Amino acid sequence: MSTTAAAPAPGASREDLAALEERWGERPSLRSWFGTVDHKRIGRRYLVTAGFFFILAGLSALAMRTQLARPESRLLSPQEYNQLFTMHGTAMIFLFATPMLFGFGNFLVPLMIGSRDMAFPKLNALGYWVFLFAGLFMWASLPFGAAPNGGWFAYVPLTERTNTPGLHMDVYSLGLLFLGIATTAGSINFIVTALKLRAPGMSLNRVPLFVWAIVATAFMVIFALPALNLDNAMLFLDRRFGTHFFDPGAAGNVLLWQHLFWIFGHPDVYIIVMPALGIVSAVLPAFTRRGVVGYPLIVFAIVAISIISFGVWVHHMFATGLPRLSYSFFSAASTIITIPSGIQIFAWLATMALGRVVLKVPMLFLIGFVVTFVLGGFTGTMFALTAFDQQVTDSYFVVAHFHYVLIGGAVFPMLAGIYYWLPKITGRMYHEGLGRWAFWLVFAGMHVTFFPMHLYGLFGMPRRVYTYRSEPGWDGWNLVSTAGSYLLAIGLLLVLIGVLHAIRRGRPAPPDPWGADSLEWSTDSPPKPYNFPVLPRVHSLHPTWDEASRESMGAGATRDRILADGRRTLLTSELDGSRERVVEMPEASLQPLVLALAMLVFFTAMLVAWYPVAAVAAVAVAATIAVWLWPPRRPERELGVQP
Amino acid sequence: MSVRAATGTEALTTELPVGRSTGWWGMVMFVVTEATLFACLLGSYFYLRFQYGGPWPPDGISKPKLLVPLVMTAVLLPSSLPVVWAERGIRQGQRWRLRAGLAATLVLGVTFLALQASEYAEKLREFTMTTDAYGSLFYLITGFHGLHVLVGLTMIGWLLAASLRGGSFGAHRHERVRNAAIYWHFVDLVWAAILFTVYLSPRL
Repeated sequence: MSTTAAAPAPGASREDLAALEERWGERPSLRSWFGTVDHKRIGRRYLVTAGFFFILAGLSALAMRTQLARPESRLLSPQEYNQLFTMHGTAMIFLFATPMLFGFGNFLVPLMIGSRDMAFPKLNALGYWVFLFAGLFMWASLPFGAAPNGGWFAYVPLTERTNTPGLHMDVYSLGLLFLGIATTAGSINFIVTALKLRAPGMSLNRVPLFVWAIVATAFMVIFALPALNLDNAMLFLDRRFGTHFFDPGAAGNVLLWQHLFWIFGHPDVYIIVMPALGIVSAVLPAFTRRGVVGYPLIVFAIVAISIISFGVWVHHMFATGLPRLSYSFFSAASTIITIPSGIQIFAWLATMALGRVVLKVPMLFLIGFVVTFVLGGFTGTMFALTAFDQQVTDSYFVVAHFHYVLIGGAVFPMLAGIYYWLPKITGRMYHEGLGRWAFWLVFAGMHVTFFPMHLYGLFGMPRRVYTYRSEPGWDGWNLVSTAGSYLLAIGLLLVLIGVLHAIRRGRPAPPDPWGADSLEWSTDSPPKPYNFPVLPRVHSLHPTWDEASRESMGAGATRDRILADGRRTLLTSELDGSRERVVEMPEASLQPLVLALAMLVFFTAMLVAWYPVAAVAAVAVAATIAVWLWPPRRPERELGVQP
Repeated sequence: MSVRAATGTEALTTELPVGRSTGWWGMVMFVVTEATLFACLLGSYFYLRFQYGGPWPPDGISKPKLLVPLVMTAVLLPSSLPVVWAERGIRQGQRWRLRAGLAATLVLGVTFLALQASEYAEKLREFTMTTDAYGSLFYLITGFHGLHVLVGLTMIGWLLAASLRGGSFGAHRHERVRNAAIYWHFVDLVWAAILFTVYLSPRL
């Protein structure tokens, strides 16, 4: 792949560059393909794999829309429809949204903070393999007709064995437990990377907003995911081994599922949206030619949202007959959380108003994001009112709402991010005209599909029905939705074509095609395996815009930031980003792949009830970890041992 | 040149560990997410208990006896002390203290699991995981904790094996010891919460 290099750094000599290439470069081979720990390769894989699951989940949605285009259609059986809508939701939430944003995070966080890799590169590779295998594990059930079929939030008692026999919900619970390993590992990695690997001088008040958003997301995962894992473990035990957690006939309680699910589930909405909002804050400066207005306020909003999001889960349960007092509390909390969200929106609007807007494709998607997300937010605040919520719950109004929030709040920023960072990731520019067509088709398709759902939701059409009769007068609006969904699909296809076109035919990208502010634009497109020939010294919030930070990688380079004699990067202090020490980074290794495969065997064996095989796989998991972490033998003098 | 190399930032900062390591943060974050899992588990216990409303434990199951669990507590809680002692030892480069401390913890941990097994043998005659939600909770909570003890013991045993080989740990290299110690202290402290929830609270 030919690329234009950044101006040769005067700081790093030719020998330094050769040494860095020797230590960090990976020669193309099967072994290096399976063993790579380079965060850029892993990040790209996350993006591609999540994109692949997005296509599968999107095709499921198209099949459903085709079925619903006219009343009493017989295209899909009710059983098929149940599996499709469950896999659509589950995959979009768990296998597309979070992994896609983790892909951006993996690729960008080390570049944005001026580091050479993530804090735990091998754990990063493990996270990717586990995500891939968990995704395939869940999708593989569909051709067997054994895919999850109880909705993406899998309420008991419907999903208990007596009501849903077969493997369906076992695939769901085991698949999500498996995937949880990847999400937790990735989150811990993001937190530690952002705390310890920032370039010297990057104190907390100079951390890019995207990194703040990823770290806040990672903290939410750390605290929210255990609730889902426990829930799924209990569901699996109930279904497979006859426990009674959710069985009211034996001192259990069905609402326990809902509480645990939404203690995870509502933070999860922000787990999905927050990094996407981080993308907005990252893309905006380049296309408004100024920094985002109110940096400290946005950081405050990010932190506030990630905390308050744990106090609103009951608003998903307003129709379950809980005590009145709890409704009031959660209604209030759900209203309060709109304030920090509003702060962010107004900060972005102010940035656009005070800056000079450059209308390139990423900026179009940002404007599309603001419009769509705010509409979704409006209907969201309507649900915070218990009385209204009880009227529209489980209707298409809810479907309209969360598609506005998730497509508006997550997919549009992701698309902006894809166009924005494509030059950095692939080293090629995209075709502007093709991108504009894609934007308008996606934008129009999205609104034509989902706006009518507000209407026929209010007219009483319930969600998750495989068909309907013509009498209530829903058929016209449904046809409009279906037409819109095809428009949306064409738009997304154009995005894909645009990306492929850029990779094959795009003109080479310069290091900084946008005149943007964060550190990833001060190195090559695509970056070298070691990211930066000279690790930067950061002097401001917008290092690529400020002379002192730029010079620190050129004329002002010092030996202690080149670190060419080894595979090394810098650790800095958590708050001030002051230099602490140099650390050695791990080399490529097959251990992550082996460990993920052992886990795949374990979960598959659990699914099909081959417990001895599962036991063997568990031992293999433990053995691989033991070998992975086994301390290297060092001379006594280096260890510091007393006789 | 050699003076410059010896007094440069790099030389001065690589010799002695400065600040928290990435491994420390990684383990602390892992323990935080694990602790949240236990909080959800114990929260579920109280949720089901108070939503049930009737006598607890239900179905005429007797209140848990305290003798064995208290002995288990007396074995497990102090098992953190040898780990602390071992870790302090290796920080001063005393490998014998590391080995002796880890071995002591291993013995205490295995004793705990043996006691738990004997308790299970007795309990299983009265009720099982499938009797009712109380039984499910009892075995899930204590079993999940037992699994954590087993994982912790595997880590301790692994450290002991590495320290017996030689060339693994010393005054400058003991990060793995510290990380495993953090995990063990966590497993240890969680037991106190479980003792309160599962064994003491039904008597309140």
